[in-house]
Amino acid sequence: MLGPILETLIGGLLTGILYSLVALGFVLIFKASGVFNFAQGAMVLFAALALARLSEVMPFLLALALSALIMIALAYAIEFLVLRHLVNQEGIILFMATLGITYFLDGFGQSVWGSDIYKIRLGLPQDPIFILESMFPGGLLIDPAELVAAVICAVMVAVLAVFFQVTRVGRALRAVADDHQAAQSVGIPLNHIWLMVWAVSGLVALVAGMIWGAKLGVQFSISLVALKALPVLILGGLTSIPGAIVGGLIIGAGEKLAEVLLSPVLIRWFDLAGGGIENWFAYVLALVFLLVRPQGLFGERIIERI
Amino acid sequence: MRAPAGSAIVAGDTLLAVDRVSLAFGGVRALRDVSFDIRKGEIRAIIGPNGAGKTSMLNVVNGFYQPQRGSITFKGVTRAKMRPFEAARGGIARTFQNVALFKGMTVLDNIMAGRTLKMHRGFFWQLMRYGPALAEEVEHRRRVEDIIDFLQIPHIRKIPVGKLPYGLQKRVELGRALAMEPELLLLDEPMAGMNLEEKEDMSRFVIDVNNHYGTTIALIEHDMGVVMDLSDRIVVLDHGVKIADGTPPEVQGDQTVIDAYLGVAH
Amino acid sequence: MLYREVGQFKTSYAADQAIFPIAQDRWFVLALVVFAFIGVPLIANQYLYTEVLIPVLILSLAAIGLNILTGYCGQLSLGTGGFMAVGAYAAYNLALRVPEVNLILVFLFGGLMATLVGILFGLPSLRIKGFYLAVATLAAQFFLEWAFARVKWFTNYAPSGSVAVGQLDVFGIPIDTPGRHYLLVLSIVVILALAATNLVRGRIGRTWMAMRDMDIAAEIIGIRPLHAKLSAFAISSFYIGVAGALWGFVRLGSWEPLAFDINRSFQVLFMVIIGGLGSILGSFLGAAFIVLTPIFLNQLPNLIGISLSTAAISHIEFMLFGALIVFFLIVEPHGFARLWAIGKEKLRLWPFPY
Repeated sequence: MLGPILETLIGGLLTGILYSLVALGFVLIFKASGVFNFAQGAMVLFAALALARLSEVMPFLLALALSALIMIALAYAIEFLVLRHLVNQEGIILFMATLGITYFLDGFGQSVWGSDIYKIRLGLPQDPIFILESMFPGGLLIDPAELVAAVICAVMVAVLAVFFQVTRVGRALRAVADDHQAAQSVGIPLNHIWLMVWAVSGLVALVAGMIWGAKLGVQFSISLVALKALPVLILGGLTSIPGAIVGGLIIGAGEKLAEVLLSPVLIRWFDLAGGGIENWFAYVLALVFLLVRPQGLFGERIIERI
Repeated sequence: MRAPAGSAIVAGDTLLAVDRVSLAFGGVRALRDVSFDIRKGEIRAIIGPNGAGKTSMLNVVNGFYQPQRGSITFKGVTRAKMRPFEAARGGIARTFQNVALFKGMTVLDNIMAGRTLKMHRGFFWQLMRYGPALAEEVEHRRRVEDIIDFLQIPHIRKIPVGKLPYGLQKRVELGRALAMEPELLLLDEPMAGMNLEEKEDMSRFVIDVNNHYGTTIALIEHDMGVVMDLSDRIVVLDHGVKIADGTPPEVQGDQTVIDAYLGVAH
Repeated sequence: MLYREVGQFKTSYAADQAIFPIAQDRWFVLALVVFAFIGVPLIANQYLYTEVLIPVLILSLAAIGLNILTGYCGQLSLGTGGFMAVGAYAAYNLALRVPEVNLILVFLFGGLMATLVGILFGLPSLRIKGFYLAVATLAAQFFLEWAFARVKWFTNYAPSGSVAVGQLDVFGIPIDTPGRHYLLVLSIVVILALAATNLVRGRIGRTWMAMRDMDIAAEIIGIRPLHAKLSAFAISSFYIGVAGALWGFVRLGSWEPLAFDINRSFQVLFMVIIGGLGSILGSFLGAAFIVLTPIFLNQLPNLIGISLSTAAISHIEFMLFGALIVFFLIVEPHGFARLWAIGKEKLRLWPFPY
């Protein structure tokens, strides 16, 4: 009994890291500019589409580099065309604006790159790996593609965390997040900073798109992944990079475990037509968290002064 | 300490008593053991250098902050904790330093919003509107128009308040507070950011409200001329502590007050 | 010159606060309503009824509901689809198990059930605000979607997971033609829209707007935040629930939970944003726009000779809606309704510039 549960747990954790990566893009932008970029999901899709299509006509690495440039340009375009004009609006307005951007990017991306399902070939090993065969009969199944993805994500997170904490640019970003005017008054160029943040978030979207695309095939539903990142952010806190990681892991593992452990119980008790708890578990968990600890595990408490 | 049931508070009696209130935010002690009273019908000024804790004091009276120690007695009823809407229901109205108006609504709607507590027609009458709900709207509209005339702002009544200049916004906020027909009106720097003419207008309104409606007023203000002219009694705070309490001549001559403003170390 | 208020003096506050203070507006709307009830049935065909008028009317009702919650009270909700589903399935179950009940009551019951669910999911709104609340409404959306797909009782143990309703009738009169469907929906929507305008003009509407604009300040004039927010959730959910019941019973006839998924929630939200946040008229305009655009795009090839695949049309729709959302939020958050009001202002002055 323990074996399958562990397997599910590991699988869930690995999926969770992918959620974390998408959530990371949100956190970066929110940390630096207070904008809640719901369009992150569409950016992931756009990046994946670009990468998939370009790599059909050129070597992978070249396609990757070109996609990176495209994503940076896209990020800049979003900041310049839309967000700059909404600087003083409240969060809800910004959120709805990024919702509009999402729809626009979905339509635009599919117009430009096509709407079939495309594959991204990363050359990952496909055969499952079995571990701990000594402890559990048959061993625990791990998908090597997910493992590689997890490693890539972990590296990315480490790089970003170090970047923020240690480098001069990272410090500048944190200053901007804290207080725009104060940062400006010590000479930090706000626009450059935002450009950089959006560019980084575009690259994060590219990595996320690459991994998700390799795993699932590039299709529209990827932008719905952005929705799944919301509970991750709530659990982890909107401004915390470690929070995005931990949140993602909890949601990923929690979802899968709930599906495996809770579904059978609910099906029996309520005479259900099948499981599918995964669809709402993350959100309900986020809701509970909101009631108990609104700022998330690592976030900052919001204090309103009158 | 409760007042005997049925006894009304007359002019001159204590309307509000602040009793040894202490308030701290984390490490910052905003108020320390502050006690004073406000008598019905008077204009009470609360003054002091910046950071003295004046706005915090009003926030405690109003229910926004709950003091760690001490209590407030209003109309004979002593409370340690109170929510802002309870204060409103009890008859306390408030204006803010940074105007707290409903920016998306017109002047008229903002002041009508002040009548909310006085409007009682329930949901189903509101659905139909024609009949009792409309009659109630019209009745309260009459009162609100009185206030609009009093404050001399009929020409802007349909304009969204977000579009008004700061001075007029403050007047609208005063109007909204007056619409509540409060017994105690708390004004937080009502003259801030105004020129001489606007200050004279606002001073006149404050005096008229006190004389004409009989409203007790507590006001925070930095302009000493205004304070000395308008107020019956003054409380002086410095670094969260009360350092003087008396009539304008008494406070003006008090050496500790002068020191506090001049920044003499003590 | 035609659109002047000269000579129209308001001699009472009631007249000043009427829905349409300007006489020309009153006549126009009255004429419009008369035309809707009498004129349209004379000239409309089935396509117009089923593909344009009925969807626009029902979705306008849902948009009014969401506008109350999001536009007037400032609580962003992404759960509209879920609440429509509650209305639809509640109505279905009542009609199924107690067939004698009048159809109007069935619809009202759907609204009532949606109200209860709405209040339940609105409770968190005391502690959480803004986009956090939106995530809570997402929880409602996904949970409700799942519940109606999986809990067999809701679908009367149908193996296919979809439900269907039989012929409709009101007070013994069968409602079996598109024309009669239209009149039924029109009557319900007109009455409820009127009720909504009454609410938003009065004390309750001001309470909601106060919560939206500055909830801290709302407390100091005596508004109880929880009451205000819950009333918005309750009434909003009622409207959305009735719309859901109408959508299932009249527009679709048979449906699955997919008809009320997250895309439906986004669709109604877009109607509210484009039509105008905080405007009943805007709800109608937004619904009309969102329903008519795909139809228009479908006809475009015929009109100007360019051929577009269905996929391409869908992409253009997405781009157009997304771009319009962004445009309106930047330029005119009050949407088409404000543009309409500005147009009327200009018309008041015409032919003079100011």
